[in-house]
Amino acid sequence: MKRAPSHSYPGLNLGRRHESAHKATEVVTFGFWVFLMSDLVYFGLMFAIYITMIDAQAGGPGPHELFDLKSVFAQTMILLTSSLTVGLAMLALKYNLPRSRIVLWFGVTLVLGLSFLVLEIRDFMAMAEKGGIPQRSGFLSAFYGLVPLHGLHVSVGCLWLIVLGIQLRVFGLTDLLMSRVVRLALFWHFLDLIWIGIITIVYFGGLTYG
Amino acid sequence: MTSAESGFFGRLSWDAFPLAGLIQTPNANEIVANTAAGIVIVGVVAVVGLLTWFRLWGPLWRDWLTSADHKKIGIMYVVFAIVMLARGVLEGVVMRAQQAAGPGDGFLEAEHFAELFSTHGTIMIFFVAVPFVFGVANFLVPLMIGARDVAFPVMNQISLGLTVSAGMMLMVSLVVGKFSTGGWTAYPPYTGAAFNPGVGPDYWIWAIVVSGIGTTLTGINFAVTIYKLRAPGMTFMRLPMYCWTIICSSILIVFAMPPLGVAALMLAADRYLDFHFFTNDLGGNMMNYANLFWLFGHPEVYLLVLPAYGIYSEVFATFSAKRLYGYNSLVIATMSIAVMSFTVWLHHFFTMGQSALINAVFGIATMLIAIPTGVKVYDWMATMFRGRIRFSVPMLYGLSFLMLFVIGGLSGVILANPTVDYQVHNTLFLVAHFHNVLLPGVLFGLLAGYNYWFPKAFGFRLNEFWGRVTVVLWTVGFMLTFLPLYFVGLMGMPRRSFSWEDPSFHPYMIVAVLGALVILAALLSVIVQLWVSIRNRANTRVPVGDPWDARTLEWSTPAPPPPYNFAIIPQITDRDNFAAAKERGEAYPTPDAYEDIAMPRNTGIGFMLCVFSGVWMFALVWWIWWLAALMTVVMLVTFIAWTFKGDTEEIISAEEVRKRHEAWLDLVHTSTPVDRDDETTPENLGLARPDLEVVT
Repeated sequence: MKRAPSHSYPGLNLGRRHESAHKATEVVTFGFWVFLMSDLVYFGLMFAIYITMIDAQAGGPGPHELFDLKSVFAQTMILLTSSLTVGLAMLALKYNLPRSRIVLWFGVTLVLGLSFLVLEIRDFMAMAEKGGIPQRSGFLSAFYGLVPLHGLHVSVGCLWLIVLGIQLRVFGLTDLLMSRVVRLALFWHFLDLIWIGIITIVYFGGLTYG
Repeated sequence: MTSAESGFFGRLSWDAFPLAGLIQTPNANEIVANTAAGIVIVGVVAVVGLLTWFRLWGPLWRDWLTSADHKKIGIMYVVFAIVMLARGVLEGVVMRAQQAAGPGDGFLEAEHFAELFSTHGTIMIFFVAVPFVFGVANFLVPLMIGARDVAFPVMNQISLGLTVSAGMMLMVSLVVGKFSTGGWTAYPPYTGAAFNPGVGPDYWIWAIVVSGIGTTLTGINFAVTIYKLRAPGMTFMRLPMYCWTIICSSILIVFAMPPLGVAALMLAADRYLDFHFFTNDLGGNMMNYANLFWLFGHPEVYLLVLPAYGIYSEVFATFSAKRLYGYNSLVIATMSIAVMSFTVWLHHFFTMGQSALINAVFGIATMLIAIPTGVKVYDWMATMFRGRIRFSVPMLYGLSFLMLFVIGGLSGVILANPTVDYQVHNTLFLVAHFHNVLLPGVLFGLLAGYNYWFPKAFGFRLNEFWGRVTVVLWTVGFMLTFLPLYFVGLMGMPRRSFSWEDPSFHPYMIVAVLGALVILAALLSVIVQLWVSIRNRANTRVPVGDPWDARTLEWSTPAPPPPYNFAIIPQITDRDNFAAAKERGEAYPTPDAYEDIAMPRNTGIGFMLCVFSGVWMFALVWWIWWLAALMTVVMLVTFIAWTFKGDTEEIISAEEVRKRHEAWLDLVHTSTPVDRDDETTPENLGLARPDLEVVT
């Protein structure tokens, strides 16, 4: 039998320690990358729409009245840390640490993800109090079309963490579940990447040009 | 209606059913609407009745609806596409009749006519062309690349389920409420809540969103299948041309479906949540919609036509008994078209206010796309040159395509010039142009593929006589219907007009409606051909599997192929591997040993998601919020529950594979090979006599 190459897709691979799972992961992870590229186009277009609508404030509140950079900074730190913890879960998997270690890091990531969501929703509520609701202007529609879309992705990621955590407890480290851990980690890093785009374009860009 | 809005059934009330309209105002318009609704209801009752009468519910469920076999999923896609094609053609005929009934208003009301052209366009693109293209691809791609299934068989089933449930929304809209009147492009602000508070645009939005998700999953699936599951030795430059076109189409889907989803969901946000993406007030900007829609819309036409080019490439090579001429140039041309298709979207709205410079850039880009397409046409002609040509049905479709498509392509180059476009945009000239590329290009290609691969799928050939009749009817019907529209468009007749006054348009309208009747006859002829072929199947069986002396890998399997496609995964050494093996006399090797084969187990998830997403869409359209919320939860729970099921494969034992394969090999060795003169006789059991060198 030919051995699988140690790297068969971009990102942290399971490697030769998990020969069969590594092979089984190749096709499905490649497919997941293709899906992420398609999802990235979604976000890219929403960014483009936001940029075209930065001036479409129609007399309503703009970035300077609405954006709270302290909270955005806190959200950024939380999300970046969660990327670290999900990476630690991947390393625990790759280097055969006990399964409980993976579930532990999943738990920490979940707590961070949920705190991010809580802060984000608090931001939206604070904006709404100042009249920053999506029905007010094209600019706010574009903001609420993009940022909560990322939030929705984080929510899906949290749900996935819970489901996969339970499955790991119930079924143990099967090849299939290992491959799901790999994809969840990719998905979580992708969320981080989008968030970097959001702070640069939505928040900094909005404050600079809006 | 306001009183019902907050009720248990949302804004759904008895007024939504067309019969209410017929009782209140009995006229021709209502009779047409009720007839259409009646056809849907009678069709559903007839199908349910027949299935019950012949006790087919069990087999339908076990062998088809729950199957994850790419071949069966492909066939279901094609059946769905042909049902939707019937509706699309009927709508076309009614529209032609309406315009032929002028000068004046005809027999339909303006609203109804607008619904007809909106559903006609939506159906023909999203629920005929896309499912037909990917039905054929589903059936063929794993067979052509030497794989046992697609990369994600269950996801494939889910794609089918979502496409069908979205298509069903268009059928439901005939019976309950009214479809959009905003055309297949559904431009806001007209389709926004301010001008269109009814359910029409909502039907459009959710059908587009859900089928769009299905199509995106299909694109991912085929891109991964062709990248990762090729048989050993099948390098990219040994891929059949058809697979090249599918990989390009898949890439187009992955990158071009998101703009459509974004545009439709933003329109939904405007309509449901009072956002201001595309409204006239508070900073909305409808140009964003036009850009997003056509950022999808233009790659879309190429993702439909490229697979048809692929089918023609296989057909011309096989029925000329020659290698495909200029394979490398065809690959480069296909890839060039795929990339360039993203650079021309603006030519759909030259007149909507860009600067002359931008229009010029997009006009030139559009003309450039004609170059790789021209390369292809020459390659196909060179493939036929000095070949041993048989004028069988797929070949006749191909020849009809070559001549008609060039006219359509050239009218496209004319339209690519912004100064000309200013004169003829929004006229029937444009309608003539895109029908001229979509019918001979996409539809004829798919019908050629249907005739070509039917014996592979079902084990018997389609009737030649009725096939020829069908080709002639489609060709003549197309020319009579659409060529007059070029002239009447140049004379200034706007598209989508339910009423017109200039008497000089009349003769053209009469010819066009006659052509539409010929197209209707062509559609009937497709059904007659299928009926006659099924009745005479005892004389046209091709169990050995290679009735046309064809070149690519799928013909090296039995007809119909076993669930696992290949008893032994083949080693690929040549581009036309099967043709090369036949020349060497090694086409039907006896394997040394057999292995157990793991195949995807049947699962009901695709069917369940089909039903749930259908109910979900209906609830959203009619504002039945509790049901929409319930269905969202149900779909999530169904999917999560499915991920707890670990055991998704079943094993076909080596012994069973051996028995089946050896029985077929015996048949191969005992059958009499036929040469190309006897291709359409009952003696053709699907074993070809090698006569590649013979040129008569």
